[in-house]
Amino acid sequence: MTETIGTPILEVPVAEGAKDQHMVLNMGPQHPSTHGVLRLVLEIDGEIVVRIYPEIGYLHTGIEKTCEAKFYQQVVPLTDRVDYLNPMANNLCYALAVEKLLSLEIPEKGQWLRVLLAELTRLNSHLIWLGTHAMDIGALTVFLYTFREREEILRMFEALAGQRMMTSYIRIGGVSMEPPLDFFARVQAFIKTFPEKIDEYSNLLTGNPIFRNRLKGVGYLSADDAVAFGVTGPPLRASGVDFDLRRDMPYSGYEKFQFKVPTSTVGDCWARYEVRLVEMRESVKIIQQALDGMPEGAVNADAPKILLPDREKMKTQMEALIHHFKIVTEGFAVPAGEVYQAIESGHGQVGYYVVSDGTAKPYRVHMRYPGFTTLQALETMCKGRMLADVVAVVGSIDIVLGEIDR
Amino acid sequence: MAVDTLKPTLADKDAVLAGLPDHPALKAVLAWNPQALIDAKLDRGELTLTIAPEEICAAVAAVQAAGYNAFDDMTAVDWFPSSPRFQLSYHLSSHSFKERIRLRTLVDEANPAVESITSLWPAANYYEREVFDLFGIRFENHPNLRRIMMPDEWEGHPLRKDYPVEGYR
Repeated sequence: MTETIGTPILEVPVAEGAKDQHMVLNMGPQHPSTHGVLRLVLEIDGEIVVRIYPEIGYLHTGIEKTCEAKFYQQVVPLTDRVDYLNPMANNLCYALAVEKLLSLEIPEKGQWLRVLLAELTRLNSHLIWLGTHAMDIGALTVFLYTFREREEILRMFEALAGQRMMTSYIRIGGVSMEPPLDFFARVQAFIKTFPEKIDEYSNLLTGNPIFRNRLKGVGYLSADDAVAFGVTGPPLRASGVDFDLRRDMPYSGYEKFQFKVPTSTVGDCWARYEVRLVEMRESVKIIQQALDGMPEGAVNADAPKILLPDREKMKTQMEALIHHFKIVTEGFAVPAGEVYQAIESGHGQVGYYVVSDGTAKPYRVHMRYPGFTTLQALETMCKGRMLADVVAVVGSIDIVLGEIDR
Repeated sequence: MAVDTLKPTLADKDAVLAGLPDHPALKAVLAWNPQALIDAKLDRGELTLTIAPEEICAAVAAVQAAGYNAFDDMTAVDWFPSSPRFQLSYHLSSHSFKERIRLRTLVDEANPAVESITSLWPAANYYEREVFDLFGIRFENHPNLRRIMMPDEWEGHPLRKDYPVEGYR
């Protein structure tokens, strides 16, 4: 093959005629640094990456097809399992899409609670990213530290929803139940110490010469390329595009919160690291505002035909029993139409495209997940770099294969 | 506020043309080729423009030139057994207008093929492969139109409505 490969960072001395002999190397699907079952077919010239062909689909479960056979409310648990590290964001996006179809409005307290949970989930997602990314680079200790904090978030989720990871807590029309009495105090205690914990991670990594050298100048993505490849979330902002759906196309009451959107113009793996660290600090501020200004009143919308009634009411009131029976056996009809709802999750733009034909089951649910799109930019980021840089770049774009293969 | 109930519904093309005279995407499409705009709808705050299938790539180019710089999503809906059977939905948004539109086109079952938009947005590459894989709609001039989710030797297109979901295939 006679392709020019840009400017390699190292000139590897090669024998006469050997330059045309590129090697094809399979990385994955069982490679630990691919965070799941990503298979990368790499064409390499010595140690230098010439091309990358990502092969995906190993985790494809046909979840969009499954959605078509379920009632609207039964799709909520399926959304948890798509991006399994970001459960509340998935629930929220799907719930917002169906609420848009139903023209259903959520009380202010419900919206604020959802914002709080979406930000806690962002912290959860970023903590896993930081731990595993540092581990890929070789800094094992950070993983133990970030998982210590993540454990507390998961315990709070367990107290809230009865489940650590597959929460299914945010439902169509509100949330599944009122948060436990000590929940807000627990969140307050957690975020009070959390900025110190971010300093701790930063102390372990920011000054670490190995970590710096592995990330700085690696995996460069220009702003134009980022937009052309549909990259969203922290990688987009690290490339210098100042766009965040929470601020620019607000949903669920985000317009009432004050926060900064961190950006960088460097566009390499280090910039993505810095952007995510600042994003965690901003999430803490949003959670603090949500705790301070949490409105009084009901969490769920007053929609007895859509939300399951209280257990107590169901046992004492005829109406509630009928509604319960109807929702469980027949679901609820959703007016015909199509909506696309996008939110900013930890990885980038999550979008749900829900098409209704007027029945109780969605006609089509399409899930747009950031990893699927960002993966297309991988070749641009790795071309002409060393093989070991692929590990750093894959870590820095924070992929979850569940969301890519669906 | 999650739902903007105050926004009016504009049910057909004439109502949208009268109600949104200054919409940048609508203006761009009308300036490019008013005949290609078959229908338009504003529903739940989302603008949908229906474009003739043979013109979809040019329509996307016109909207992209009008400032809709970000490709969000692209997928298909199978309206079996009605005809035309397939609907393709393109979601495009603008970082400067902070707004999103949907371009929609209807494709016949007999020869389901449209022009690929990968030359405009490389981001559409995987999305078009996914639609090809799961719906069997072809995209002309796509650089690498292979199955993406299912194995290469798979038969049939699972997201079609007439694809069997139980029993032996």
